[in-house]
This record gives sequence, C-alpha cells and structure tokens, in this order.
Amino acid sequence: MMGVTAWTNLLVGASFLLYIVIAIRSRATSTGEFYIAGQDVPPLANGMATAADWMSAASFISMAGIISFSGYDGSVYLMGWTGGYVLLALLLAPYLRKFGKFTVPDFIGERYYSQTARLVAVICAIFVSFTYVAGQMRGVGVVFSRFLEIDVTNGVIIGMAIVFIYAVLGGMKGITYTQVAQYCVLIFAFMVPAIFISLMVAGTAIPQIGFGSIPDGEELSLLARLDGLHEQLGFTKYTLGSGNTINLLAITFALMAGTAGLPHVIIRFYTVPSVRAARKSAGWALLFIAILYTTAPAVAVFARTNLIDTVEDKSYAEIPNWFHKWENTDLIAWVDKDGDGRVKYRAGNALDPAKPSFLDDRGVSGERLLSNTPTSNANELYVDRDIMVLANPEIAGLPNWVIALVAAGGLAAALSTAAGLLLVVSTSISHDLLRKWLRPDLSDREELLAARISAGVAVCIAGYLGIHPPGFVAEVVAFAFGLAAASFFPAILMGIFIKRMNREGAISGMLVGLIFTASYIIYFRFLHPELDTVENWWWGISPKGIGTVGLCFNFMVAGIVRSFTADPPAEVMKMVEEIRLPEVK
Amino acid sequence: MSEDSDVAQQYWRKNLKIISLLLTIWAVVSLGFGIALAPWLNQYQLPGTEFPLGFWFAQQGSIYVFVILIFVYAWRMNRLDDEFSAGQDGR
Repeated sequence: MMGVTAWTNLLVGASFLLYIVIAIRSRATSTGEFYIAGQDVPPLANGMATAADWMSAASFISMAGIISFSGYDGSVYLMGWTGGYVLLALLLAPYLRKFGKFTVPDFIGERYYSQTARLVAVICAIFVSFTYVAGQMRGVGVVFSRFLEIDVTNGVIIGMAIVFIYAVLGGMKGITYTQVAQYCVLIFAFMVPAIFISLMVAGTAIPQIGFGSIPDGEELSLLARLDGLHEQLGFTKYTLGSGNTINLLAITFALMAGTAGLPHVIIRFYTVPSVRAARKSAGWALLFIAILYTTAPAVAVFARTNLIDTVEDKSYAEIPNWFHKWENTDLIAWVDKDGDGRVKYRAGNALDPAKPSFLDDRGVSGERLLSNTPTSNANELYVDRDIMVLANPEIAGLPNWVIALVAAGGLAAALSTAAGLLLVVSTSISHDLLRKWLRPDLSDREELLAARISAGVAVCIAGYLGIHPPGFVAEVVAFAFGLAAASFFPAILMGIFIKRMNREGAISGMLVGLIFTASYIIYFRFLHPELDTVENWWWGISPKGIGTVGLCFNFMVAGIVRSFTADPPAEVMKMVEEIRLPEVK
Repeated sequence: MSEDSDVAQQYWRKNLKIISLLLTIWAVVSLGFGIALAPWLNQYQLPGTEFPLGFWFAQQGSIYVFVILIFVYAWRMNRLDDEFSAGQDGR
C-alpha cells in the first residue's frame, strides 16, 4: 500500500506536469493573446477559468474552517463572495466586454478622459493584486511543508517556478487553459472527501443535502445534533448568529461590491468572443464556484461534529493519531487545566495569547507543553481553523490517495489565483503605465517583451513576499474588498449607467471612498486595535463592512461634484451610448 | 437617425427593467431572507430537512438563486439583443 507522501508526490507531480504541458502548447505571440487570450475563449471554458482564478488558497483551505468555527456568521463570506457575481454579470461584465480594451484602468482612463484617473486605477489594481498574491504564495509554501515536508521557502520557490513558466510564456492564453485544468483538479479534490464523508455520516452522496437531512434510522440531522452539542458545551448555537444585523448586512454588501470590483476577475470577461458570451460565461463561472461554495458549509458541519465527537472528554492517549500529528505541526494544542487527563472543548480561548507557543517538554499525558498562560475558562483546546479542510479526510479515516488529493487541490487553487493576479500587475505596468502613458511609441513586440519582463519581476516579488510575509498581509487581504467596493465598483458602475458622470465627479468620488475606507480601517486595525469593538464603531459597522459606507459616500460625492462641473465631452457620452447597445452581427 | 435612437432607448429601458427586477430578487434572498429576516424565518424548517429556513437561505438557498438569476439575465438579454437586431434590419 502506498503512503500519503508517495501519493502526494505522485498527484502533485502529475498535476504540475499537466500545467507545464498546457503552458507550452498555448504560448502567446502578441499582446492581444498575452493580455486577453486573443478574445476567443469559449464561455464555458472561461467560466471554469474564472472559477479557478477566483477561488484562492483561502477559499479552498480556510473558508470551510472559518464557517466551521463561526457557524451562521460565516454566511457573510458565502453570500458576499458569490452574490458579487450577480452584480458583475448584470452591471459590469457585458459593458466592459463591449468596451473591449485590455485592462480595467483602460476603461477608467478613457471613460473619464483622464490620465490621473487611469493612474489612480493602476495604483489600486497593483496594490490589491500584490497583497492578495502574497497570501497565495504563502499558501503554496504551507501546503508543501505540511504534506511533503519541504520547508516553506523551497515550497514557495517551486510554486514560483511553475507560475513563472506558464504566466511569462503564455500570458493570459496560457493562464486561461491552465486555470481550466486547475479548476478540474481543485473541484475534484474538494468534492471527493466531502462526498465520502457525507456518505459515511449522512448516508447521501450529496453533501449539500446531507448536513441538514435526517439520515435513515436516526432521529436528528447532523445540523440539529451539532446545535445540541453546541448548547451542551456552552457555545452559541451553530445556526444562530451574533445578532448584529447592520454589521452583517454591511460586511456582506462590501464583499459583494468588492468581488465585482476586483480587477483580476473583471479582466477574465475581456477574453470571451462577444457580449453574449460574457453574459453566459458569468453564469458558468458562478455555477462552477457555487459547487464549492455550497459544499463548504456542509464540510464545515461534518468537520465540526467530527472534531467534537472525536476529542471531547477523551483521554490524550485514546485520541486518534491525526491529533498528535497536527499537534506536532503546531496547529493543535491542549492544556490540561483540571488535571484529569481528558480533553475539554468549550467556548472561549483556551490560551493567553490565543496562539500557542510550544516548549520542548511533554506533560504527564504526553501532550506538548506550552509557554502560554491558561485562561480562566474551562476550554482546554486550541484548534487552528485551517485544519478543518486539510485534516478532514484524516479525521474521517479516508484512504491515503484522498488525503494526497487535498494537497494537489490546495496547490491548484493557490497557483491559479496567483497567476491571474500577476497578469493584472504585468498588464498594468506594460500597457497602462508604459504604452498608454510613458512610452506611447512602443511597438507591439516591445510591449509584449515589457509585459513578459514585468510578469517575471512580479513573480519574484510575490515569491519574496510569500517567503517573508509582512505581518499585515492577512489583515490587508480582507480589506482589499472594502477598498475595491469603495473605489472601483462605483466608478465603473457610474461610468456605464450615468452618462453625464464626468471626470471631476468620478475622481473625487473615488478619492473620498478610498480615503474614508482606508482611514477607518487603519484607525481601528493598526493605530488603535484596542478600540476595535462594537461600541466604538460608527453605526455599529466593523472595519470589514465599512466599504459599504465608503461606497455610499463615493456615490454622494460624485453626484454632488458632477452637478457643479461641466458635462463630459460629446465623444465620451457617445462612447457610453455605444457600450450600452448590443453588437450588431 | 432619430428612429434608431428611439429603438436604442427602448432597448436600454427594457434592460434597466430586467436588471431592477433581478437585483430586487438578489437583495431579497440574500440581504433579506439570509440576514435581516433570518431570525424570524428560522422558526420554520426547509420541508423534509432540519435546516432552519433563514440559515438555509444564508448558506445554501441564496447561492442557488444567484446562479439562476445570472442565467435568466443572459437568456433574457440575448433574446432582447435578437429582437433589437431584427428591429435594425433593412437599414
């Protein structure tokens, strides 16, 4: 029988080989192919590519874990990150495709007839993409180190090399077709364990139904049983929220508008042949995303029930081996507060500070000792939320090849997103900064070379950030959505739907939205983290949801400034009329 | 020329009508059923299961509706595009 490591090597190696073969077969030969894949990607393929582009290491590895630990409150991510596609499909994608240039700053720059607007858009795009990509590279390193015992640095370098090959050679064309393959790998890797576990615990192959239906011969569904366990152990009921409705609404809306405004997603809709194809393609994209996003809450419930059943009130020695394995990688910690040798899992942080720092010694039961102070509550267990997806197959006792599959899937998710983001960075530099601003006389061949070089440099910077992640990356990624919601989304939306919106209105709106949202976040997250509680928030809205308020300010300021300033030039208004009309065949 | 822009305006108005209808549904299922009304809906269960209804909309139902909305929009607009180009024939 093959071990987990052998299986992981085999599956990861095979998937990497596949990506490289695709990359070599779809090299880009012009800027049109490098930026937008020659605009001949079929809607279905673009849907898959968009899904892989969108679903990052965070969606694949962390999301189910976040939901598992936050229950109903985790719904904001599920609705926010899928609902944004409705906004994208109805309000932005078809018109941007009709506009038919290369990048998002292209649209902002030409619609608002201003190089300043273009420049603001370029800076936003690069900032959002780099913070985001550092997280992906880190994800690659983490998967390598957990599953193949390669250290994080080497893991990141391997990941960089792969992305380098297909992003620099193939540009958007290479990325598109590798993303299609990566979607297949990641969805298979996510669904197989979920279906296995659903069959085992709920008696149905459909996880979406399994977590809430009553299995044959049982009295309670898994969800109802989990609610019961939660009440018994002193947690809030899994299906109930914290009750701060305004904040949940604000976060969900900010995530939706932010999703619709992310440049690496928007740019995918430039690659299809027509407006019709763009509309359909958005539907396919969300369908492919929904397969994972509706399964994730089921996985969250399976994993949480499994975890509680396996560890609660068990002695350290009788807990299965996965517990000890993940304890050895610092992701699980247990402190025997009452000295009875049994694990107690209750509400609240077990440790102070919350993250464990391990000592070299072992305790009486054989557990790793910690330098943290135990807290005064009854909880004895620390569990990192990322374990929920990574260890779920082991917890459920699934075969080795399924465990290995999860590693290949996590890598596919991280690499596909990283490549899409790097392309945004490279096109922003070679097209928006060089061709459209600094060196308008660049030939197509020179521009293509510049695009390749900037993609290469971007890969290296991303790799460096992955190996030496600045401490604020995780924070910033979460807020990239707020910033996109308060700047890009309103600017593009008004550019399409308000014909008389002018340069002055759009730029002042974007600046007010950005500055307000960024200051609120910086104040509560970096300057005064101790004040970051509901009593101090304006209107009870947390920094995560403040993008919604920033978006409203953006609209208001843009409207007011517009009414005092001159209409846009006639040719710009004509362009707006033009993008609203369907193509004539 | 004026006839042309009349057709164009009609097309745009129809488009806005479809968008407003679909976005209303979008907001009702997610922000409405999934969040604002969820505590009240939770007293009911999705028939045949033990999903509290508000919870189900937040973690499952709204996502299914989103997918359907996009496909409905694509289908409806692509048909409108056909009508529009038919109206433009004979130029």
